[in-house]
Amino acid sequence: MQELIRVEQLTCRHGVVEALSDISFSVSSGDYLGIVGPNGSGKSTLVRALLGLMPAYHGQISLFGQSRDRFSAWERLGYLPQNLGPLNPAFPATVFEVVQLGLLAGKTLPKRLCRHDRKQVLEMLERLDVGHLQQRMIGELSGGQQQRVMLARALVNNPELLIMDEPTAALDPEIRDRFYELVAQMNKDKGTTVLLVTHDTGTIGQYASRMLYLDKKVLFFGSFDEFCHSPEMSAFFGEHSQHLICHRH
Amino acid sequence: MTILELFSYGFMQRALLAGILIGVLCAVLGVFLVLRRLSLIGDGLAHITFGSVALALFAGLQGAAMLLVSLPVVLLASLGILKLAGKARLGGDAAIGIVSSVGVSLGVLLAVLGRGYGVDLFSYLFGSILAISQAELLVAGGLFVTVMALLWLYYNDLVALTFNEELATVSGVRVRFLNGLLAALTALTVVLAMKLVGVMLISALLILPASAALQVARGFRMTVILSVLFSLVSVVGGIVISFLLNLPSGATIILLAFVIFCFGYLFRQLQTVKNRS
Repeated sequence: MQELIRVEQLTCRHGVVEALSDISFSVSSGDYLGIVGPNGSGKSTLVRALLGLMPAYHGQISLFGQSRDRFSAWERLGYLPQNLGPLNPAFPATVFEVVQLGLLAGKTLPKRLCRHDRKQVLEMLERLDVGHLQQRMIGELSGGQQQRVMLARALVNNPELLIMDEPTAALDPEIRDRFYELVAQMNKDKGTTVLLVTHDTGTIGQYASRMLYLDKKVLFFGSFDEFCHSPEMSAFFGEHSQHLICHRH
Repeated sequence: MTILELFSYGFMQRALLAGILIGVLCAVLGVFLVLRRLSLIGDGLAHITFGSVALALFAGLQGAAMLLVSLPVVLLASLGILKLAGKARLGGDAAIGIVSSVGVSLGVLLAVLGRGYGVDLFSYLFGSILAISQAELLVAGGLFVTVMALLWLYYNDLVALTFNEELATVSGVRVRFLNGLLAALTALTVVLAMKLVGVMLISALLILPASAALQVARGFRMTVILSVLFSLVSVVGGIVISFLLNLPSGATIILLAFVIFCFGYLFRQLQTVKNRS
């Protein structure tokens, strides 16, 4: 199996504060990795470091076998950020225009869209039940609808690796379950590798094959079964919490 | 005088053609600048343009030859703003403030040192499109083609960058390069627009048509198209009205653009009320 992500002895800092310390793990093709941990544990920092959105202080990151600094095959990955806060609510783009931006990665200048691209955008919108919103302005949608549009943007290129940071925060429970089902289906049917950051430890156990428990350093990295049978993790979380995560209740 | 007679004058044809070229550039760039909250970069670069014009006059240059000084100075200043904002732990607004105040100070200092060209400098403060020469029109045409070609080439990348810088980075968009390109294209446009509306009103030509389009458009492409349309109505209407009523052309163009913006704002408010009811 191809190794899509390799992180070795990664340390990141926010100013003088160490946000991540000595992180090492790898993700192989077809994995579904859940990254969990308490608030401020460095989950989002790790994702941002992986994607080159913040500099690594020390350590090595490689994506698809290439050093992150030289990585250019962005069409192979899709990214769904933590929230839509940085987006300008007055941005004058339709849902269709936003989703088609997800196709730019694989194109050469002047990066124009062909008829096939437009069909691909429409199919993805339909798949996520937002086809009827294609001509609506992105700023007019509810938080949940915006999140589904952004998911469509991340998926429209059929990425091999999907990286999502707290994607279900703005979703109501029913939509959240459908979202998890959809991602799990992509992982199972298409072999899409998934890296999902979440607070939702109770739900992620139903879907993820591996888990990285983070609190500025790696507390656990391995398969879900290993996590559930680990005496160290039982001692760390207490048996009750571990059972909730492992769905043994 | 009929409108047809008006258009038969050579100076009016040159003014309208130059106005259209500059109006289109400002309208397209303005959409990106307003949405990226970089509108004031136009104002800052306009102040630098003032300094560069004073420098060119001080060096004894006239007409199109002045662009030989203005273009490189303003281009360098645009990259200086980005560098300052990125490296000197400053916000973009502070960097613009520093660079633009240096430009104005330089202009005032040179104006005092080189007594005798105060009237020329004044014409650059408020624009004198009706006095545009054949050579200046040719330079405007060349720069128009260059800027529009680059905007066409990087249009989708610029849309992605404007939507969200981080998502653009993860889509392989060269964010630092594009930020530099946007600043450089703005610099070229500002130098051209100086002749149309003058240093004092350049930023308004970048901001008003784009802002009016943002009130009414539904979609990014539509915003760009409407911004161009509003800009052309302001520029052509402003030049014609200013000539017929013997008014300053720069100020007339901007006030017309403001009237269009007011209609756009009113339209949006009416739409909001209609949607609520």
